[in-house]
Amino acid sequence: MIEGKPIYQYQVGDQLQITSIKLKNVMRRRLLDLGFVPGVTIEVVQKSPLGDPVAFKVFHTTIALRKEESSLIYAKKMNREVI
Amino acid sequence: MSHTIALAGNPNTGKSTLFNLLTGLKQHTGNWPGKTVVRAEGELKTDNHIYQVIDLPGTYSLYSNSADEEVARDFIIFEKPDITLVVVDATSLDRNLNLALQVFEMTSNAILCINLIDEARRKGIHIDKEELSRQLGIPVILISAREKIGIIQLLKTIDQMIDGKIQTHPFQVQYADEVEQKIHELQPKIQAIFGDSLPSRWLSLRLLDGDKQLLEALKAYIRDPNFVHSQQQLVKGDCCHGA
Amino acid sequence: MEHNVEQKLHQLDNLFNEQENMQSDDLRDHIVSRIYTSSQDLTNKSVAYSNKKVSWLDENLDKILTSKAFGFPIMLLMLGVVIYLTIAGANYPGVVIAEAFATVEDWLTALFQWLQAPDWLYGILIEGFYRGTSWVVSVMLPPMAIFFPMFALLENFGYLPRVAFNLDRFFKKSGAHGKQSLTMAMGFGCNAAAVMSSRIVESPRERMLAILTNNFVPCNGRWPLLILLAGLFMAAGFSGGMNTFISAAVVVGIVLFGVIMTLFVSWALSKTLLRGVPSHYTLELPPYRKPKIWNTIVRATLDKSWFVLKRAVIVAAPASVITWILANIFIADLSILEHVAGFFDPFAQAIGLDGFILMAFILGFPANEIVLPILLMGYLSTGSMIEVDNLNDLKQIFLDHGWTWLTALNMMLFSLLHYPCGTTMLNIWKETKSPKWTFAAFALPTAIAITVTFTIAQIVRGLGLV
Ligand SMILES: Nc1nc2c(ncn2[C@@H]2O[C@H](COP(=O)(O)OP(=O)(O)OP(=O)(O)O)[C@@H](O)[C@H]2O)c(=O)[nH]1
Ligand SMILES: [Mg+2]
Repeated sequence: MIEGKPIYQYQVGDQLQITSIKLKNVMRRRLLDLGFVPGVTIEVVQKSPLGDPVAFKVFHTTIALRKEESSLIYAKKMNREVI
Repeated sequence: MSHTIALAGNPNTGKSTLFNLLTGLKQHTGNWPGKTVVRAEGELKTDNHIYQVIDLPGTYSLYSNSADEEVARDFIIFEKPDITLVVVDATSLDRNLNLALQVFEMTSNAILCINLIDEARRKGIHIDKEELSRQLGIPVILISAREKIGIIQLLKTIDQMIDGKIQTHPFQVQYADEVEQKIHELQPKIQAIFGDSLPSRWLSLRLLDGDKQLLEALKAYIRDPNFVHSQQQLVKGDCCHGA
Repeated sequence: MEHNVEQKLHQLDNLFNEQENMQSDDLRDHIVSRIYTSSQDLTNKSVAYSNKKVSWLDENLDKILTSKAFGFPIMLLMLGVVIYLTIAGANYPGVVIAEAFATVEDWLTALFQWLQAPDWLYGILIEGFYRGTSWVVSVMLPPMAIFFPMFALLENFGYLPRVAFNLDRFFKKSGAHGKQSLTMAMGFGCNAAAVMSSRIVESPRERMLAILTNNFVPCNGRWPLLILLAGLFMAAGFSGGMNTFISAAVVVGIVLFGVIMTLFVSWALSKTLLRGVPSHYTLELPPYRKPKIWNTIVRATLDKSWFVLKRAVIVAAPASVITWILANIFIADLSILEHVAGFFDPFAQAIGLDGFILMAFILGFPANEIVLPILLMGYLSTGSMIEVDNLNDLKQIFLDHGWTWLTALNMMLFSLLHYPCGTTMLNIWKETKSPKWTFAAFALPTAIAITVTFTIAQIVRGLGLV
């Protein structure tokens, strides 16, 4: 059972905690390197004009992801202030 | 004899800006990740030494996910610069340290250059460099490559390091017991092959992780320890003109 | 020794293979998350974030620059404003530089007469070399010395990644990588450099798309041609500020056409030769940074001016000498240049150009900067270039050779779409290491350039518009 829902489905302003990453191989590695690590807190910060890609704040940096990837990263909503 | 200094770090942390300041050259800089794609070299003269400075492409990690990462990794591992300056962004130190910690697994001749300190101050970020330096076991210097802050301190530290006046004991990430156990078993076997010429703890970890590209590079290294040198063709500045 | 190497290789392989059971995503997750926990621990102890609120702009600029409502309009506006200011600003210094060159030419002429130098020497050195170089400098230098500082300001401010962010959806639809817009932005400066910068696109397929389509972005060798022709022909009939405005609008249109062509060709290639789905994509949006305005302007202006001057001497000068020679050696009663132009003429006419224009593009292969000077040399029967201190004279020369707005439009389009310059081709070869793709990078744009100009010429003529 997967906890939470894909980060793609959250709204701008939501603070999330990553629960799992369903990507494999190189892309998984790349996302991990950028800080999309299970347990980490992120924030949805901005959608591009056409709705995709979406930018997330993670470890004080802003990273844009396409739907293909962001729909495979799961997170649950948090109430706490993001780091 | 001149010494080599490599500039490593995440993309867009001001490596080329620092490179230009140190060498007086005119590498292109720009506020977006990926501006530098080819390695550049230049010369730095301090009071006591002459250095060859190498501006590496910025990368998020050194795990061979892309050609850039391999270039940076191969350089640090096989060309063994005398000093690796890890240039990090003061405004997102946590993400940037990710790469720095990887570098510390590969070499102990490292200096942490926390750049963009002017931006950090503007944003109300305070960094306790003594504490960080104590924790990391290497020199930590706060600089602003653009505003030319902290550069003298940096040059002094570089010289001292080359003169052997600074001892470093870089922070090593500890992994789960099971992994550490494995590393422990592998390390002597790695040393049997490479002696002390390559960092055995780091290599053990990369083997455990199944880094195939690195395996290939290692094989090339066994066949010819100078392979990187011949392979990394230098494309120096002037071929053409970016905006 | 050999034995030793083999043995070590073998040992290493064994070590690697023995670890297969460990090598998994779990281990990787563990490694990376340990590193991240460590770095968080370290920063928790040594970094303090005060509550000082960052400026409103830091937080909210993206909410405007990449918003649904304003994202695209602002991008278009920026492009328009930059081009408008370039055209508006370039007029005056262009005239000044040209007059300075003309004055120096008078002195040189006097000097040659005093030395009683032979005509052919005067022809090659002054009418060929000197005028060719001064042409390139006075036509190229002003717009580029205005365009690039502005571009550099936007680049240092951090706007380029936002463009990539806004446009990504289109690139995804074309099967391309979002960072292709960054390589295109580099193309505005120089396609050869942009081909190298396509290394930022990690996956080979999408990188190839970025390389193959890069020349649909006009580079600094082509901007001046677009600006000049737009001003002379497309905005004819308007004067003053309105003329500048229309010229800018036409140039913006041409640039947009190049972008659409890029997307279309990427899409078509993704469906055929470079079939595949878009691979992974991540793009970091760095914080906006206030550029060091004065430094950036001075640096970009000097850099660009130096670049143009260097190109003018290295490429334009010999090219103008060669062209002068071709134009002054006669077979029967026509110069070699005229023979060649005559040979190309029927085909060139079909695509709305003429033999001289096509020949200028061919001789201009080493560098796009010299296309226009070569064309003018060809047009002037003496084979030497006119002095460029008057744009109306220039237009008259074109008109005398049967130009209409269609000729100008098609020349602009051909310039936008045709094969990359020599330096770019060389870099494409270096980057792809493939004869096949290097050839494709030449053939594809050329075929497109011919198709587009042919179609337009036929339609316009068919409708009797010229
Ligand atoms: N405020 C401020 N800006 C800086 C400083 N150092 C660099 N910059 C700016 O940060 C941006 C990135 O600088 P670069 O030197 O191109 O960064 P880089 O690390 O070489 O980037 P890549 O080549 O993409 O890896 C540029 O716009 C610089 O002007 C600094 O100390 N303070
Ligand atoms: Mg750089």
